[in-house]
Amino acid sequence: MYRAHRLLAQNAGYQRLAARLERWPALSRLFTAAERGVKQELFGCRMCGQCALPVTGYACPMTCPKQLRNGPCGGVGADGSCEVYPAERCVWVLAYERAQQAGRSADLLRLHRPIDHRRVGQSSWLNYWQGRDDQLWTAGDDLASPALIGPAGHSAPS
Amino acid sequence: MTSGFQSSLESGTFTVTAEIAPPRGADPDAIGRKVAPLRGWVAAVNVTDNQSAVVRMSSLAASRLALAAGVEPIMQVTCRDRNRIALQSDLLGACGLGIPNILMMTGDHPRFGDHADAMPVFDLDSIQLLWVARTMRDEHRLLSGRNLAWPPSWFLGAVENPFAPPTEFRAARLGKKIAAGAQFVQTQYVFDVTAFERWMTQVRDLGLDGRCHVLAGVGPIMSARALGHLQHEVPGVHIPREVARRLLAVPASRVADEGIKVCAETISQLRHITGVAGVHIMAAGNEQLIPDILRLAGLDRGACRAG
Repeated sequence: MYRAHRLLAQNAGYQRLAARLERWPALSRLFTAAERGVKQELFGCRMCGQCALPVTGYACPMTCPKQLRNGPCGGVGADGSCEVYPAERCVWVLAYERAQQAGRSADLLRLHRPIDHRRVGQSSWLNYWQGRDDQLWTAGDDLASPALIGPAGHSAPS
Repeated sequence: MTSGFQSSLESGTFTVTAEIAPPRGADPDAIGRKVAPLRGWVAAVNVTDNQSAVVRMSSLAASRLALAAGVEPIMQVTCRDRNRIALQSDLLGACGLGIPNILMMTGDHPRFGDHADAMPVFDLDSIQLLWVARTMRDEHRLLSGRNLAWPPSWFLGAVENPFAPPTEFRAARLGKKIAAGAQFVQTQYVFDVTAFERWMTQVRDLGLDGRCHVLAGVGPIMSARALGHLQHEVPGVHIPREVARRLLAVPASRVADEGIKVCAETISQLRHITGVAGVHIMAAGNEQLIPDILRLAGLDRGACRAG
């Protein structure tokens, strides 16, 4: 998955492509449907339009019944089961395992800002390529000098 | 508006808090009756926010009633029922009403409550809410970026469950809450002191005990039925086999006494763990027993008083 992400990583070409696609509603709908198809199959994607997968061990936090993007709640069963749907595993237990295996556990320490509900249903790839995701989470754990939170779509004041 | 609870923690006093649930009804005196036996014994009382997703008087109103009854409140706020607009508005209201301490948590899912058919909101999570509250207080700014004419002052807290998987991530998750804004943390019930010590070691290794006051959650198990309830119906509570066996070994009439004894012994053990700043007692409707528990644990009235 992390390899696949390198293939999709932001670059000037993708940015131009995304901007051009968005000018054609039919084309961008088609693109969005393709993204939905792939990500629903692989991750149970809910099309929040602001994908967290690259920093959550490729376990989708939007599949959590509480949609927690910053880590597990306190009700996880002793066997790692979800408190709301005990037949399912907690998505954050999965995220922790996968991130550990990939040597990416530091990713889980980033603070995720609240989602922008205007973007629900949009293509997260088009948003990501155009830099709209740059403020979704902090660069590190922020413990040394905790950042303050800025409004959606704006850079946090330094 | 100053927090006596905060002063108590900052003075290094072993600090005790207790939890009370607002009434299911509009009785304005219910809170006063509940907190009366605790006056002088605890630094502050947590006022729960529709705990277990069951409707009760709002934590904002009940916190104000606790204040009027002479006990400092810690208003609990969950993300289950309100979006970011209502949450920020209620936080400002709390400050306006003189409520100095706020505890933020994600909240139980409505599925467990008396309105299982309700819409779960979870617009923010507990970490985002802490982050927003700290920004409102320190930067005088709402999440929208708009300025606050009169900035609030709060002592901000969080919860953590050291016993829930992934247990290796739980100390780091407290770190996230501290980065977001938590100044104190209260934990889930500690019945397994050994497992709690493992978590505390990680907390200390990450240097978090110097950045956040840790209050360990405790509570007496008053009957075999209560034991079963905690074991099977409350998500995230871990009761070791020895504790369960000890409670079930005595005749039914003496389970309550044994439960109180176990609770007092746990407090005594927790007091000796480096980095534990106090205890948070969740007595689930038996608040009047808290002075007895504290006395048994060797904590006198006033020893744990605020200020």
